[in-house]
Amino acid sequence: METAYFIETIIKIVVILLVFSALAGFGTYFERKILAFMQRRLGPMNVGPFGVLQIAADGIKLFTKEDIVPTNAVGPIFKIAPVITAATAFMAAAAIPFLPQFTIFGYTVHPIVADVNIGILYILGVMAVGFYGPLLGSLASSNKFALLSAARAAAVFISYEVITGLALLGPLMMVGSFSLIDFNNYQAGGMGDWIIWSQPVAFVLFWIAAFAETGRTPFHLVANDHEIIDGFGTEYSGMRWGLFFIGEYANMFFISFVIVLLFLGGFGDGSVFGALMFLLKMSFFFFFFLWTRAAWPDIRPDQLMWLCWKVLMPLAVLNVVVTGFVMMF
Amino acid sequence: MEAIAFYTFAILTTVMFLITVLTSHALYALSALAAGMIFISAFFFLLGADFLGAIQIIVYTGAVMALYAFGMMFFDTTRDVVEKRTSPQLIFGLSGVAALMVVAIFTAPIISGNIEALYPAIDGVGNSQMVGMVLFTKYLIPFEVAAIMLLVAMIAGIVLAGKKMDHSLTLMQDEIECINEEKEQV
Repeated sequence: METAYFIETIIKIVVILLVFSALAGFGTYFERKILAFMQRRLGPMNVGPFGVLQIAADGIKLFTKEDIVPTNAVGPIFKIAPVITAATAFMAAAAIPFLPQFTIFGYTVHPIVADVNIGILYILGVMAVGFYGPLLGSLASSNKFALLSAARAAAVFISYEVITGLALLGPLMMVGSFSLIDFNNYQAGGMGDWIIWSQPVAFVLFWIAAFAETGRTPFHLVANDHEIIDGFGTEYSGMRWGLFFIGEYANMFFISFVIVLLFLGGFGDGSVFGALMFLLKMSFFFFFFLWTRAAWPDIRPDQLMWLCWKVLMPLAVLNVVVTGFVMMF
Repeated sequence: MEAIAFYTFAILTTVMFLITVLTSHALYALSALAAGMIFISAFFFLLGADFLGAIQIIVYTGAVMALYAFGMMFFDTTRDVVEKRTSPQLIFGLSGVAALMVVAIFTAPIISGNIEALYPAIDGVGNSQMVGMVLFTKYLIPFEVAAIMLLVAMIAGIVLAGKKMDHSLTLMQDEIECINEEKEQV
């Protein structure tokens, strides 16, 4: 039993790593295609059918490009920073149930690496550590634009961590558990049971905070091309730069999974239909990240702070208080 | 298995904190501090205190991030900081005594052998629930006092930082310069 469990866990880890690093590549392709569609362009077209092989071309380019570490940069930290972003993104995935449990060759598989009973706290904590990647990378690269990006990363991180935590409190009070499996079972009764109906404010707040957490437009301040070049990525080249991107896209996928599990019923009762709907809902949230990028401008850092501390945080606190009163009476 | 994990993380944590203390490079010190704090959470996970482990990660990533912000403002983080050591002998002596005291404090109960769990873990209750129960019964007053202290600190912070918040600092600077110029003319 012990050996079987050991082997099963290793297989799960390898599958998740492979699937999501591949998906991160496809994520860039989807992003370019969808942005192109919304801006009436064609996007990548020349490499392979519909430009699908563009991913392979990009991969070859990233892997074979010269890896430059600037003379004045702090070497060890500069080198480790991209690894932090990518590694923490995949570590967070350990507590996410990707599909309902299913039986294959008479062996029941739980598609979750570790069903810890503090699942959601663990995911948020480890995703938060992911912010150290851009921060360390930009501090170590001794570049003025990167330094600006570091200051922004610290500011965004400290403020939006508060929103994520407070927004989650309402649903947590209702479910009474940190485990994502418990969240899913709480909403297993069908569409009427989804937490989004009882916690719409928490849902919107968490969704907004997810944009800050993954650093996507309109909160794309850490690497805002038109102000600070590529922010933390200015001095990076080749695969180190690519690792930042794998981390970012993997994070987008994982946070989409988490939103669906928390607020939109997850995989429901665990049937095949439920599993399909789960993936569809997840894809919608991933698509929404790209849609927002095409439709919205980036906001200024001071507007971001204003939004966080003067609008979202009071709303989140109110939401917790109201939930408490409703649950008490 | 547990022993391997324990010794690995023990070594990692000690090395990280050693780097924090010994280096004079702000960026190394801060990164090592953050890494050490995160590695400590491994001990909580090993002991089965998942909740505290996750809280350790969340709290200290935020706290060290705030330190980074200060580091960014005060130092050039890519250079060594030139420290001013007035009396290395005194620092050496004091830190030695402090370390001895800490060892004495923590080993004293082990020698007398009277460590007992006042609130032993209950089987079948999740550990976030257990923390909640103890926090809101036995330790309610310390918990609330801590909350009030944080509130005081927060209000103090707002008062300190919020002076003249609705005025623009650049405009104020201009006004001062105008006044100075007028004085000079007079």
